[in-house]
Amino acid sequence: MIEARDVTLSFGETPALRGATLTVAEGEILAVMGPSGSGKSTLLHCLAGILVPDTGEIHFAGQRIDTLDEGARSALRRDRFGFVFQFGQLVPELTAVENVALPLLLAGTRRRTAVAEAASWFARLDLDGLQGRRSGELSGGQAQRVALARGLVAKPRVLFADEPTGSLDSLTGEHVMDLLVGAAREQGTTVVVVTHEARVAAYADREVIVRDGTVTTAVLA
Amino acid sequence: MSVPLTLLGLLEREPSHGYDLKRDYDAFFGRGRPLPFGQVYATLGRLARDGKVVIAVEPGDGPERKRYVITESGASEVNAWLVEPLEPEPHLQTVLFAKVVLALMLGRPAEDYLDTQRRAHLARMRELTEVKRGGNLVDALLADHGLFHLEADLRWIDTTVARLDGLAKAVAR
Repeated sequence: MIEARDVTLSFGETPALRGATLTVAEGEILAVMGPSGSGKSTLLHCLAGILVPDTGEIHFAGQRIDTLDEGARSALRRDRFGFVFQFGQLVPELTAVENVALPLLLAGTRRRTAVAEAASWFARLDLDGLQGRRSGELSGGQAQRVALARGLVAKPRVLFADEPTGSLDSLTGEHVMDLLVGAAREQGTTVVVVTHEARVAAYADREVIVRDGTVTTAVLA
Repeated sequence: MSVPLTLLGLLEREPSHGYDLKRDYDAFFGRGRPLPFGQVYATLGRLARDGKVVIAVEPGDGPERKRYVITESGASEVNAWLVEPLEPEPHLQTVLFAKVVLALMLGRPAEDYLDTQRRAHLARMRELTEVKRGGNLVDALLADHGLFHLEADLRWIDTTVARLDGLAKAVAR
């Protein structure tokens, strides 16, 4: 489904990835683990077409994507990928339901349809009654579940999650992971989740370790 | 803590006398609880009986000294022990620690062993997470107990991996 082949990337003089190779199968939930600064988030950004490697290749669904121009990669991210980050990064001016509807609106769905589709996610993620709240009126766990709904609402082929529970306490974080895994499995979404927490990684089908910019453990569980 | 395997590991480094083995064991693995001489010689006797070591008698002016030499069978037992991940369970740090130190002493890939152990731990954590997701509150809380202990082990594994170079220097002769 998605693959990095011998990817290198430096920020100035500092190498972040030094020949990272990784394959994620369709429908798989993969945890990318590793110490701080090991390059795991950079690898996720390369897989998602946010960053372009210096050398190496990124393939998605049989197509090489690192050679696409910014416009094409941007369209790919909008149409095929979903994202969840450590801090929900909700748009503060919008209500929760408008935040969730955003990817559909950007893809050209009519507003009424987009909002109705977005609203249907609130019950699935234990967010009933919170549709009209703005991000400042949500708890950390609620905001992260809204962000998760936003990441999944457009039925992406791949969901990229970068430390999705990093700002939550352990119980709330596990609730988010439980919902993430349940929803992803239900709609067959492939998931790449970056985490330094073993308890989060334990929700995945398998894990890889990024160390010094290379993927050091890539064994099927 | 596996005393026989640890002594065998020390013997793989070099043939040794019982006294020297005890000294090295106490220095690296005793942690304030020295191994009694009686246990050292009883263990070596059993290892000799089982063909894991052979005894070379060194004649001298005084009493004869016994030098213990690991056999092929003993060496392969040490290797199997080092390579095989432990059954993930709480409180295994002392055994893991012994394996890591011996691996470094013997020039084996300690980091690979720890990576293998990490995989075994995460596989067990996945099983417990599934129990938690599908079970009732009692199952979930029992699974949580195991998960927290395994997570603590993993933190130790990660910290140790990050400090292997320093540990290798500390145990070098």
